[in-house]
Amino acid sequence: MTNVRENNLRKIICMEKNKIYALRKKWFPIASSSDLVKRHVFQAQLLGREFAVWRADDGNVNVWENRCLHRGVRLSIGINQGSELKCQYHGWRYANRTAGCTYIPAHPADAPARTICNNTYPVKEFIGMIWSGEDAIENDFSYKELSKRTVLRPVPINAPNDLVQKNLLNYYSELNFDGLLLNDGSIEINLGGKKKILFFIQPQDSKLSVVRGVLNATLSDEKRYHFLKEQNFIIERFREKMEQISENLNLEPMVAEIEEISNDLGEPPTKEDCGRKAELRLHVSERILTSRDVVSLKLKGIEGQLPTFHPGAHIDLHLQNGLIRQYSLVNGPGETDHYRIGVKLEKDGRGGSQYIHNNVKVGDLLATSAPRNNFPLRRDSLYTIFIAGGIGITPLLSMSKALHSMELDYEFHYFVQSEKDISFKETLKILGERVIIHKGLSQENTINKVRKILQKPGYYKNLYVCGPGPMLEATLKIASDLKWADDTIHFEYFKNDRKINNDSNFEIELARSALTLTVSAGKTILEILRENGVDLPSSCEQGACGTCKVNVIRGDIDHQDVYLNATERANKNIMMTCVSRSLSDRLILDI
Amino acid sequence: MVSAFQDPVILNQWHPISSLEEINPSEKTFQTLLLDEEILYKMDKENKVLVWRKGSRDENLPTKLAYGFVWVCLGNPPETLFLFPEFDEPNRKNKATGVIGVNTSAGRAIENFCDMGHFPYVHKGILGEEPHTEVKNYDVEISDEPDEVLATNCKFFQPRANVTSTKGVDADYIYRVPHINCALLYKSSIVAGKLDVIVLFVQPMREEQIRAHTAMCIFDDSSTEKDIRLFQQLIFGQDKPILENQHPKRLPLNPRMETPIRADKTAISYRRWLLNKGLKYGTVAN
Ligand code: FES
Ligand SMILES: [Fe+2]
Repeated sequence: MTNVRENNLRKIICMEKNKIYALRKKWFPIASSSDLVKRHVFQAQLLGREFAVWRADDGNVNVWENRCLHRGVRLSIGINQGSELKCQYHGWRYANRTAGCTYIPAHPADAPARTICNNTYPVKEFIGMIWSGEDAIENDFSYKELSKRTVLRPVPINAPNDLVQKNLLNYYSELNFDGLLLNDGSIEINLGGKKKILFFIQPQDSKLSVVRGVLNATLSDEKRYHFLKEQNFIIERFREKMEQISENLNLEPMVAEIEEISNDLGEPPTKEDCGRKAELRLHVSERILTSRDVVSLKLKGIEGQLPTFHPGAHIDLHLQNGLIRQYSLVNGPGETDHYRIGVKLEKDGRGGSQYIHNNVKVGDLLATSAPRNNFPLRRDSLYTIFIAGGIGITPLLSMSKALHSMELDYEFHYFVQSEKDISFKETLKILGERVIIHKGLSQENTINKVRKILQKPGYYKNLYVCGPGPMLEATLKIASDLKWADDTIHFEYFKNDRKINNDSNFEIELARSALTLTVSAGKTILEILRENGVDLPSSCEQGACGTCKVNVIRGDIDHQDVYLNATERANKNIMMTCVSRSLSDRLILDI
Repeated sequence: MVSAFQDPVILNQWHPISSLEEINPSEKTFQTLLLDEEILYKMDKENKVLVWRKGSRDENLPTKLAYGFVWVCLGNPPETLFLFPEFDEPNRKNKATGVIGVNTSAGRAIENFCDMGHFPYVHKGILGEEPHTEVKNYDVEISDEPDEVLATNCKFFQPRANVTSTKGVDADYIYRVPHINCALLYKSSIVAGKLDVIVLFVQPMREEQIRAHTAMCIFDDSSTEKDIRLFQQLIFGQDKPILENQHPKRLPLNPRMETPIRADKTAISYRRWLLNKGLKYGTVAN
């Protein structure tokens, strides 16, 4: 007997589950547009799942799972900062649109793994309402915009969805209004004189529904007031009736499972496991000559979201001619629906920039890597100085935009040859007085200027430099002469101008995979690793970007990169595998 | 939801239910909830503490008085309670600093207590301040003898270390979790080489409802008792709304439900430690 009963019970539970899965594919209104007040986060619920709903300053509406990925705190109690949402508990920031985590304050010197991304749900804004559904199917959205409309006050009812839906029509007909149950589940009530109310029932939970109505007309103030009051009165009576009927209904609340995160995020982040892969396809949606020889490209995804980037990040462009080149993103926080890069024409370059200048047009499709950040921005600095030389402006622009939006103190020095070489003028205008442009200075004057700028190292003061090699070297030297601590100086070279010596022969031992491999003259450690099936991420492959970094357990490193600073070199425990080698017979690597 | 009776780890454990100070002067009978059960307790004329289940006045539950608190066990009581030698050191002042009810699990409360990363956000201007948000590397171990989670060499920027300083300093902390629901925080005191201890003993009323008992074992400085009490209540009052907005409220022991970072080493070890013990009550495994 009990078995039969248990089986039946199991069947019912199973049916309930299937019903929920089916409902998750549908669109429901989850908020009124007017609920999304500027810089506010609204808490909504659908089929047992809570959502944090917020409008960014650019108008985009975000519907996210209401749970910070870090420690599960509701994001609806977080802070809408216009382009990012900040969690109350540890201040993690999530980007508009992508919901990717852009900043983890506990580790200000690291860029977060770009895979830390909250769950986002489809969203539409129609008829004065925000629509969503956990697995809502894009093409199933059938509601038409109403050119004239008045949105009723949503009324929550402690009763199951189907009960409310079944009875609303009857209730209005008792009041002598005829109506229709439409195919899509909405209810149309005819008020006469072409006036209609369209009702949607939002299933919040097994025993909680919200009746949301909209009238197909705009009303003058007086009429509007009376209309809303009257409808409110009707629906309130209806609510009482429904709640009476379902008072003794004992329904389990719906369960919204928590999705597991990927395995690698369950442990504190270690190493990225991708090689030099072009995982993205982007098309060029805009191409502007932003200064004499710099072209600015706006790149858009073909479908879906672009992976999250952090200030200072770069992407690899895999050009049709086989070259792979790195370009920093110029994007500010929240500018997540595209990537923007600046490419300077290098007449004596190795052909990458020439190819882009001559061949890449609007509409072209480019293969790129996902953004990677080896030049992260600390946001715990009391004062930040940026020094950009020429095209070195690109990563620093992205960084300064981030500090600007957080209202943190900084100054931005931009060294150019002439007025015609000033790129990204509009952005510089937004940053305003903090930008100081130094035009046409001689080498000597540049050095004097930099010395002045760096006069006072200080408490929680950080310096970011990017520019041509000689300028960078000079700046780093001045900074260290003026006693800036190594860990307050952050720099990025475009390329490694040093002459690489790859004559040595040595062995590498991989501590974690118990492999010993031989690196002979002419081959790099990175190549030997790849040949033996050990996949290590890399990007520039000339010792400038820092992507192929590994930890060294023992051995004498022959550093040939321009990424590490003096302290890091002196510590003798990290190296760039794409160019650096060994002075001893053997290196033990932590891979 | 699990019942405590299906979970020997929670059942055969000493649980704090009240500070001695609270029940001392009166002969009043108090009532509280422990592991979903209603229990009553009082101190009689001979200063003996009696605890019984509601409706079973004649059966006294095993109790223990230790570290200024009354501890009760609803199952088979363990022989010993964790060690807290500082409690008996001369010249220290032991004070209960208040109880606060929170709708969360014991595990979430302990984890919050051992977490420095939230100081600049939740305890802004007191225990931390933006932009000084970095959690510097520290050491964590799960030791066998004693069986506890221990985090040492913890440092965090404190805006005003004392009334006279204008600049912030890095404050040093040590955290001990010697009991599944109890944690101790050690920090520098006015006596050189000696550490003040701040205590959190959590009473699990239900899986998702607790009473957090707080106490201090410190070298007295000029601040009055009332000040200390208010300060503690302010701090826990700031944590309460955060804890009540966590989902799930029970502590996830499956490492793939949340995203830890290096700063969360203590929490990672704590969760692992609980998982190895097989704790079910107040936790989610899958
Ligand atoms: S829980 Fe959101 S930042 Fe930690
Ligand atoms: Fe706290």
